[in-house]
Amino acid sequence: MPRVVVLTLLFVLWAAVPPAHAQMLNAPGQNTATSQGQVELYDPGEAKTRGFVSIPDQKLSVLVQPEGREWREWRQQTLPWVIGVLFLGMLIAVFAFYFIRGRIEIRGGPSGRKVLRFNGLDRFAHWLTAVSFLLLALTGMTLTFGRTLFIPVIGHNAYSGLAETSVMIHNFLSVPFVIGLVFIIALWIKDNIPNRGDWQWIKTMGGLMSREGKHVEAQRFNAGQKAMFWTIVLVGAALAVTGVMMMTPFAATGVGGMQVVHVIHGILAGILIAGIVAHIYIGSLGMEGAFDAMGNGEVDENWAREHHAAWYQEQVRKGHADSSATTPTGRHTVPGE
Amino acid sequence: MARMTFLCDSGRCIECNACVTACKNEHEVPWGMNRRRVITLNDGDMGHERSISMSCMHCSDPPCAAVCPVDCFIQTDDGVVLHDKDTCIGCGYCFYACPFGAPQFPQATNYGSRGKMDKCTYCAGGPEGADSSPEEYRKYGANRLAEGKLPLCSEMCSTRSLIAGDQEMVAEIYSERIVRRGYGLPAPGWQTAYGTDGEGAPFVPYGRRES
Repeated sequence: MPRVVVLTLLFVLWAAVPPAHAQMLNAPGQNTATSQGQVELYDPGEAKTRGFVSIPDQKLSVLVQPEGREWREWRQQTLPWVIGVLFLGMLIAVFAFYFIRGRIEIRGGPSGRKVLRFNGLDRFAHWLTAVSFLLLALTGMTLTFGRTLFIPVIGHNAYSGLAETSVMIHNFLSVPFVIGLVFIIALWIKDNIPNRGDWQWIKTMGGLMSREGKHVEAQRFNAGQKAMFWTIVLVGAALAVTGVMMMTPFAATGVGGMQVVHVIHGILAGILIAGIVAHIYIGSLGMEGAFDAMGNGEVDENWAREHHAAWYQEQVRKGHADSSATTPTGRHTVPGE
Repeated sequence: MARMTFLCDSGRCIECNACVTACKNEHEVPWGMNRRRVITLNDGDMGHERSISMSCMHCSDPPCAAVCPVDCFIQTDDGVVLHDKDTCIGCGYCFYACPFGAPQFPQATNYGSRGKMDKCTYCAGGPEGADSSPEEYRKYGANRLAEGKLPLCSEMCSTRSLIAGDQEMVAEIYSERIVRRGYGLPAPGWQTAYGTDGEGAPFVPYGRRES
């Protein structure tokens, strides 16, 4: 489209020669060609102008790319806000939830009997992805906020070393992150296909919001976990694709494309960071017995019965869990409960 | 105080690439990198073909300096934008922000790094302690400004198309040319680099680094 505009301008510019002095006043800032001898080269307000260069580096054939200004605005103003608001906002939301709702406890109390929820391979896939992502997020944010947070404290030279290390870690950890992602998809996708039962969970928010709320009978993964799974898989994959494009600059696209890729990578990173903050909360502090699933892989039978009833019954059928112990024991005898 | 600028008169440029060659030779710019290049617009279109020699324009409000994550840029009192290769991490952000495609990188890949960014120094050597040492020359090239000379590209220009020097003097030369020949082509990049009014925006050099 800009090319059409440039071409149109080219053939329209057959105007008369204006008084030379008028030109002197605003030259060289003037940017409209006014006579036959002139050719409109570019309009500063327009999109980028491309020409011909005799050197091999064809991306240097761009004469002027005003889009750089928008990208600068994004990098300097928007990006820190996007990441900061999503990250801190979710952190605040999670703590607010903790103080209002409190820890989600096992209602029947721990039974003391364990059932295997995630085997070694499951946990390897989880922690491989988890550790790489945490470091990726950390190093990414080091680069994003470095000029605001680090340079005033540790100075330019020290931060340069830190930033260079961060970039290296960020680049190399993309590999284990992607491998972990592939494992996660292969291991859990069959249990994460949305089905009709998920509607019930979404309607009641899985009983998250109230202490008295009934747990919805769930398969191996409930709708909330499925949402988290698909967020990680889809956003993670998009982050990987855009990340690889940033590591091999100009291999697939020009300078305009690189700017877009950077913007996408930033927004998605913010979304996934916020999602993972919530995920970490509910998997550790937020819910009694939840961490065991990824800790040693074995969850309490009462926890399984409350949160994943259908999955628990399946384990009982398969003989992995003790069916006789259907009566919850433990904390339900505590007075006032 | 002088405000150093470049202006390429596209009515005069004949795409001889002498500026490119002079620059590469003067600073021994490595193979594959170009601090300056000549771009031809409307190539082959009779009567409309124009060439422009383009490099870092040393903007009044440099976008490269604004987006640099490690803040490695400074601007001298003459308006020359310089960067510190010791702190540069080769992330390539300056290339995305630069309107003129000036920043150059020795490596294409980001694994490890893209290497230290390299760009036109206005023949002013390195950012700090311009001592004309071999070390400074290896990193940034020659320091002609310290010898009272203008950038070699413009001094080499056979048609005097590429003009370097103080903003007001350059504008005056160009205005006079326009008056004499009766037409004036817009000076490519001039507005983008030096502000929206013809005189150039109020100029505040980009912050000097501490220590």
